[in-house]
Amino acid sequence: MSFVEYGDTIKDGDTAIVFLGHESMFPVKVQHGTVTQTKYGVIRHSTDLIGKKYGSKVTCSKGGWVFILHPTPELWTMNLPHRTQILYSTDISIITMMLELKPGSVVCESGTGSGSLSHALIRTVAPTGHLYTVEFHQQRAEKAREEFREHGVEHLVTVTNQDVCKNGFGVSNIADAVFLDIPSPWEAIGHAKSALKAEGGRICSFSPCIEQVQRTCLAMEEYGFTEINTLEILLRVYNVRTISLQIPDLGKAAEENSSTDFDSSNPSNQGSPCANLQQGTVQFKSGVPLREMVGHTGYLTFATKS
Amino acid sequence: AMEDGLRPGPRISEGDCAVLKRDDVFKAVPVLRRRKIIFEKQWFYLDNAIGHIYGTTFEVTSGGNLQPKQEVEEATTETKEAGTDNRNIVDDGKSQKLTHDDIKALKDKGIKGQEIVQQLIENSTTFRDKTEFAQDKYIKKKKKKYEAVITIVKPSTRILSTMYYAREPGKINHLRYDTLAQMLTLGNIRAGNKMIVMETCAGLVLGAVMERMGGNLAFQCGFDSFALIGYGSIIQMYPGGGPVRAATSCFGFPKLFFDNLHEFPLSKVDSLLSGTFSTETLPSEPEDNVLAEEESNGLTDEKQTALQETEEESTTEVAMEINQTEEQETMDVNAEDVDFKENKEKENKENVREKQRKQWERRKKLIETAALLREKNADGLIVASKFHPTPLLLSLLEFVAPSRPFVVYCQYKEPLLECYTKLRERGGVVNLKLSETWLRNYQVLPDRSHPKLTMSGGGGYLLSGITVVLDKGKSDSSNSEALKMEEPSSKRCKVQDLHC
Repeated sequence: MSFVEYGDTIKDGDTAIVFLGHESMFPVKVQHGTVTQTKYGVIRHSTDLIGKKYGSKVTCSKGGWVFILHPTPELWTMNLPHRTQILYSTDISIITMMLELKPGSVVCESGTGSGSLSHALIRTVAPTGHLYTVEFHQQRAEKAREEFREHGVEHLVTVTNQDVCKNGFGVSNIADAVFLDIPSPWEAIGHAKSALKAEGGRICSFSPCIEQVQRTCLAMEEYGFTEINTLEILLRVYNVRTISLQIPDLGKAAEENSSTDFDSSNPSNQGSPCANLQQGTVQFKSGVPLREMVGHTGYLTFATKS
Repeated sequence: AMEDGLRPGPRISEGDCAVLKRDDVFKAVPVLRRRKIIFEKQWFYLDNAIGHIYGTTFEVTSGGNLQPKQEVEEATTETKEAGTDNRNIVDDGKSQKLTHDDIKALKDKGIKGQEIVQQLIENSTTFRDKTEFAQDKYIKKKKKKYEAVITIVKPSTRILSTMYYAREPGKINHLRYDTLAQMLTLGNIRAGNKMIVMETCAGLVLGAVMERMGGNLAFQCGFDSFALIGYGSIIQMYPGGGPVRAATSCFGFPKLFFDNLHEFPLSKVDSLLSGTFSTETLPSEPEDNVLAEEESNGLTDEKQTALQETEEESTTEVAMEINQTEEQETMDVNAEDVDFKENKEKENKENVREKQRKQWERRKKLIETAALLREKNADGLIVASKFHPTPLLLSLLEFVAPSRPFVVYCQYKEPLLECYTKLRERGGVVNLKLSETWLRNYQVLPDRSHPKLTMSGGGGYLLSGITVVLDKGKSDSSNSEALKMEEPSSKRCKVQDLHC
């Protein structure tokens, strides 16, 4: 297992994802002799995990079962221990595409935070690219290094413990792209520019507040960045539900009622258990938006150095 | 911008696929000499652009020549004068002292756009009374109209997917670029994967997957080591006579990228799954003009979609330059065919032998691809087509290894609802998620920041999930999980933190 390469079987030392049910899962470090508690009972690593295929169903001691999944940056994002607020896959997706990242790209990032974006960046630039990530908080920087080691990607990333606004990324004329998720990104735009290759590259800054965006855009313009563009992406998730709506009683006679089967004559509904006018309900499938959704994560400002 | 000579970076060369850019408008074109290009109501030749660095901005001069734009200091209006509000500005239609004819005369004289804009400002009686913001807006509008500049950029998924969504959304099933971005991430697309791709998006999705799997590898490590590392492999499933790759060709990938790109006809999937597949039953047999026949099939296919397109949205300018050259080439092949038939028998025989050799090669590739599929160990499945997704998913997931992601795109939500239900019945998948993204663009200017007036109304829907080992004994899939899936999220019981 590694975060940049699929493996078929679970091995000692792997990070695996224990999947219990709908969006309910957690990561586990596989180790001989260790046991993990779940609500379905105990998982014994030596017998239940090691040597099994990823994607297998594992029966726990109480008879319930879980699936063991191969780690991916997306599953990691959903399960990682938070040391900071993190970026989620929806934002990460558009960042990756708009920064034009691909295998071989060299990327600078700050701050490292909890490493949610870092794992996704490393995945994309592997096997020949590199991530230079800067984190001013010493403990967080150290923890990130440790995680990268555990996840078998340390050769693809350099973690530097310094203040990006004061000291920059520690590299110059090397990056194809720069990403900033810090409170005052406008103070790092100059450093970002010198980190980027002489031939140019792309930059992205993530900020929750419009005032931050404002200042960042001005700084980008000042440093000669072009194609400055701010956007926001929102994820809408739908629950798939079977809904049944009651037919109102308008006082029509029962025999008449059964002949006005407006619904079952509709070809799109044939073959599905839809109209049941005798019982006075109509059933249909619907994608129901969640009662509450994330309305704002941050503004993403992109620009080009040319 | 720096002097071209000093700047490193890839240079525009003949035969490249390049993208023209003016503000937010893109157009993909092949770089060819002595070829007239029409873009944003201007015409020009790319000859002079050859040798310059990608990212260079050009001015269109008389005779359709391109000249690198000199960075000039903005002529700051002497003493900035501006009004505070518009209470005294009256629209009498007479504020501009220059007539249409005057402006035309300026243009005909070959006066630079920048100077025309300056003249328009000087001859506008209301300009000084406008607020500073309104003045800015006025200048921006006039610049857009009279300053003929274009930038030539290197193609990428970012640029091509925005371009297609704006210019030809019908050809890519209205797949918005942020939705495509989600697909690449949800599918964990990266170097080394063995991917199955089924798309009818002109090859745009295929190109995006190839970029994420191949990237700069070929340039960085040279051809030999590239072959060693490999970027993985892609199996493209195609309907009809052959895969459409018009958009794929816009990416300008090196030839090497196509070595590990395989293709397999959808119509043979069932026989492959049931074990009755044999190459003997292939549709195209065994006449000497198999090749021509197949290519013309592909051509009519494209023409048909193009036709549907024009019916749907007759105002949009269809068919990119690159598509045109492709069609041109295919037609050339057909024309050559006719020539050959008129030629001597000897050459004809050689021609037949050549065709047979190609046919044999195609069959060999097909057998190889079938073998790759039969391993049933693909690292993911990407579907983005005009077809109903359910049958595609139910069949193609058979070729995917357990614990691998899959993503299905559909322009409409309803087919994905059915697909979701059918996949739950089938089992072998977890973490099913039906989603959509909204994209909002912002204007950010000092004291004038707000969301842009318009946003896209629809960019399609995604159904994603992860494969798991399929239980043959269906009975236990009625376990707690299946029930939980359709429950509203509020009822979900949270797992206690049980990290070991």
